[in-house]
Amino acid sequence: MGSIVNTQQIINGLQVGSIYALIALGYTMVYGIVRLINFAHGDFFMLGAYAAYAAFYLFNTWFAKGSGILAFIVLLASMAAGGGVALLSNRFAYKPLRYKPKLSSLITAIGVSMFLEYFFSALPAIGPSFRAFPTVLPKRQIPIGQATISNYVVIDLAVAAILMIGLTLLVKKSSLGKAMRAVSQDKDAARLMGIDVEKVIGWTFLIGGAFAGAAGLLSGMTYPRIFPYMGIQPGLKAFIAAVLGGIGNIPGAVLGAYIMGLAETFASAYNSLLGEGIAFAILIVVLLVRPRGILGEKIADKI
Amino acid sequence: MKHFRTPKLSLYALAFYALIMALSLTGLINGYIQHIINQSLIYVILAVSLNLINGITGQFSLGHMGFAAVGAYVSGAITTLVFKVSPEAGFAGYAVFVGGIVAGGLAAALVGVLIGFPSLRLKGDYLAIVTLGFGEIIKTVLNNIPAVGGPRGLLGIPKFSNFSFIFAAAFLTLVVIRNLVESSHGRALVSIRENELAAELAGVDTTRYKVLAFAVGAFFAGIAGGLFGHLLQIAHPTQYGFMGSVLVLIMVYTGGVGSLTGSVIAAFALTFMSEGLRIVIDSLAEATSLPIGGEWRMVIYALLLVFIMLFRTEGLMGTKEARFLVIGDPAKEGTR
Amino acid sequence: MSAILSIQGMSHYFGGLKAVSGFSFDVPEGAIYGLIGPNGSGKTTTFNLITGIYRPTEGKILLGGQDITGWKPYKIVHKGIARTFQNLRIFGNMTALDNIRVARHYNVRSGLLSSVLRTPSFLREEAEVREEAMGLLAVMKLDGRALERAKNLPYGELRRLEIARALATKPKVLLLDEPAAGMNPKEVADLMDLIRRVRDEFKVTVFLIEHHMKVVMGICERVKVIDFGETIAEGLPEDVGKDPKVLEAYLGKRGA
Ligand SMILES: Nc1ncnc2c1ncn2[C@@H]1O[C@H](COP(=O)(O)OP(=O)(O)OP(=O)(O)O)[C@@H](O)[C@H]1O
Ligand SMILES: [Mg+2]
Repeated sequence: MGSIVNTQQIINGLQVGSIYALIALGYTMVYGIVRLINFAHGDFFMLGAYAAYAAFYLFNTWFAKGSGILAFIVLLASMAAGGGVALLSNRFAYKPLRYKPKLSSLITAIGVSMFLEYFFSALPAIGPSFRAFPTVLPKRQIPIGQATISNYVVIDLAVAAILMIGLTLLVKKSSLGKAMRAVSQDKDAARLMGIDVEKVIGWTFLIGGAFAGAAGLLSGMTYPRIFPYMGIQPGLKAFIAAVLGGIGNIPGAVLGAYIMGLAETFASAYNSLLGEGIAFAILIVVLLVRPRGILGEKIADKI
Repeated sequence: MKHFRTPKLSLYALAFYALIMALSLTGLINGYIQHIINQSLIYVILAVSLNLINGITGQFSLGHMGFAAVGAYVSGAITTLVFKVSPEAGFAGYAVFVGGIVAGGLAAALVGVLIGFPSLRLKGDYLAIVTLGFGEIIKTVLNNIPAVGGPRGLLGIPKFSNFSFIFAAAFLTLVVIRNLVESSHGRALVSIRENELAAELAGVDTTRYKVLAFAVGAFFAGIAGGLFGHLLQIAHPTQYGFMGSVLVLIMVYTGGVGSLTGSVIAAFALTFMSEGLRIVIDSLAEATSLPIGGEWRMVIYALLLVFIMLFRTEGLMGTKEARFLVIGDPAKEGTR
Repeated sequence: MSAILSIQGMSHYFGGLKAVSGFSFDVPEGAIYGLIGPNGSGKTTTFNLITGIYRPTEGKILLGGQDITGWKPYKIVHKGIARTFQNLRIFGNMTALDNIRVARHYNVRSGLLSSVLRTPSFLREEAEVREEAMGLLAVMKLDGRALERAKNLPYGELRRLEIARALATKPKVLLLDEPAAGMNPKEVADLMDLIRRVRDEFKVTVFLIEHHMKVVMGICERVKVIDFGETIAEGLPEDVGKDPKVLEAYLGKRGA
């Protein structure tokens, strides 16, 4: 209604939050394991959106438009693209620098990010301009009380929830998950225990990238416009969400992402300048007040 | 006083200035080349001042162009909006211009102090993100001030910047930062990079010096921004965004973190390379009538950055300095 | 003898872990005072508290009668406490000379402006500082290495460089965290001589942490033994060496 905080905005906030959450998870997992802020992570999101776009037009002659199976194929394509490129960038750009000073990896990540963005806008087949994203699934409005809710909201929230539950199970129950936790605690000790550290790191990039790719698809469906630089802003915001929740902490990333989504929606409704700046304001406040984030543990360096 | 040899820097600088002036007056270099040289010199200021923050002091700023934006807008507003002067106004006009540039530098320094504060508690990648954030905030704020043109940018800035002014500014930047580094204060800055805790326990007020590095670095970036504005006759928010900052970062890391010489060389090399690539790409596109866009230039920059990091992490010069930039101990080249 | 450094009821917790528990002791002026204890007993933490890296959870630290609890580390250095580190912390890419000159830095009068302008007074002071730093390097037999990058020096020399750097701050109290670690018997003997010489020539009080019993018994005039953050004994080395609790907690376990 007239107030800033109304149901519609809460819904919008949760919807953006779901997309941020999927991206933030990759940031946090990679950071937890290799202590790298992977600047290029937002670009895996962009790649996911483009892969979904390509898959849609490739397969829509074979499967009925708007069918669940086509949507599923498109989802797989977006995840494969995000995860695959994440894996490649790890292998060729980050792995060789693993034991060099941390900043060289960070700078390399900036280079990788820049490469992905400009390479795709330089490719004539893709180009730097906006593209309309196809309607992968028909859009419907479901009225709830005074507000209406789009079926896309349900889809975004559901896909994010399913993936996040899957990830939680993986980390908690599988041997890969155990290895991930071991590597994030202490790489050398993990290696002594016979864990193939590089393999675990590879899986982490793959999963994180795939999640970002899926987020790219959801974003393309929800805000139907894609372009090669579309990953920059969501990437930064998801990163901030991860820091807010406590970087390296999986539930923290999700929590941070939803807080971020809501805060941003409310702030933009209030004032557009505030909407643009709120993310960085949150970041600065968090880093000054509680650098380890909401759920993060205190890391002490021994002197 | 054998330890303090007369600096040769001024001599070299003078020779460079005379050479370019002569070439330009005799028409051996045209306005286009002159323009690229002017831009290169502005990038020298940006790269050397970023090197003070990232290379010498070991902090990490990803928002250097944010400081330049402050300088460009403040000085541009002073000459264009407040005093409405132009080069035709003669001495008075130039006085306002110089005053505006310095004011822009001071305003940027002030912002630098503000940004320096988070650096007191943050390191490495976190600091990078915060400075990036500040840079974006500056951009957002500029986008939303209609008085300086909002998203259209500040237009119609008088063209005061010329080779002599830009050269003088670049030379002064280099001398000031070099002299700063080769003093007790400079050693304090380097010690922070080397080991912050040990620096603090050697009696260095690390807080004060980190803020100092940001303030001085930002001041010169602000000067560079002001010169840019009065060269291109426009100050536009997107000009000073993240990509701009990354470009300066590439210069610093290609040249060698901690080497002022490296920053100078890289600023020239990359500015010329950029123009060269523009020509090559345009003519390729024309010759083949294929849609080959300017984005390829950035692709090459990106690859350059990645390759430098992978195969020559220390950059071209490492931490070495050219002989004429060193004043201290004769045996000291390469030991910064 | 009056106490130059006085610790009063100092405790420190890391989360639930009590790393230092109610320490109260005085370090007499001009003494060589030793702090010993098994691994993880809280020795380095004690130094970190005294130098202001951590703020004690409880208690007070007095230097020459002045309460310095909660001060910033660099202020404490200015007031007269300097230290070395258990794991070397040198400025690797700086020359040996510059490592020392950094520590001399806070006594420098030249401001930013005169440094940038390289005024005559600045140049005079630079020469002065350099001379002084070279003198310190000579005391540590490092003068031949002055212009070499610190990271290229061998381990033993780096240990001496750190001591020289600490002395350059002109301390009243010099804290040495396991100065003999990783040294062979000959080097240990030289080090013991050096520590005595430093105390006499620079008129500092030395407060050192050691594992080597030989060093402690050989040069310390007073020792404090701790285990699990608790004080076990404090007194003259010969008395402490006979204390059954000490033998059990420290010497027994270690068989030294
Ligand atoms: N920053 C910190 N955070 C958490 N615990 C710490 C920290 N620093 C030290 N500790 C713990 O406090 C206890 C005392 O550590 P301290 O380093 O003071 O021991 P020490 O006596 O110097 O041992 P060593 O002989 O190994 O140097 C240890 O259990 C250590 O793990
Ligand atoms: Mg210790």
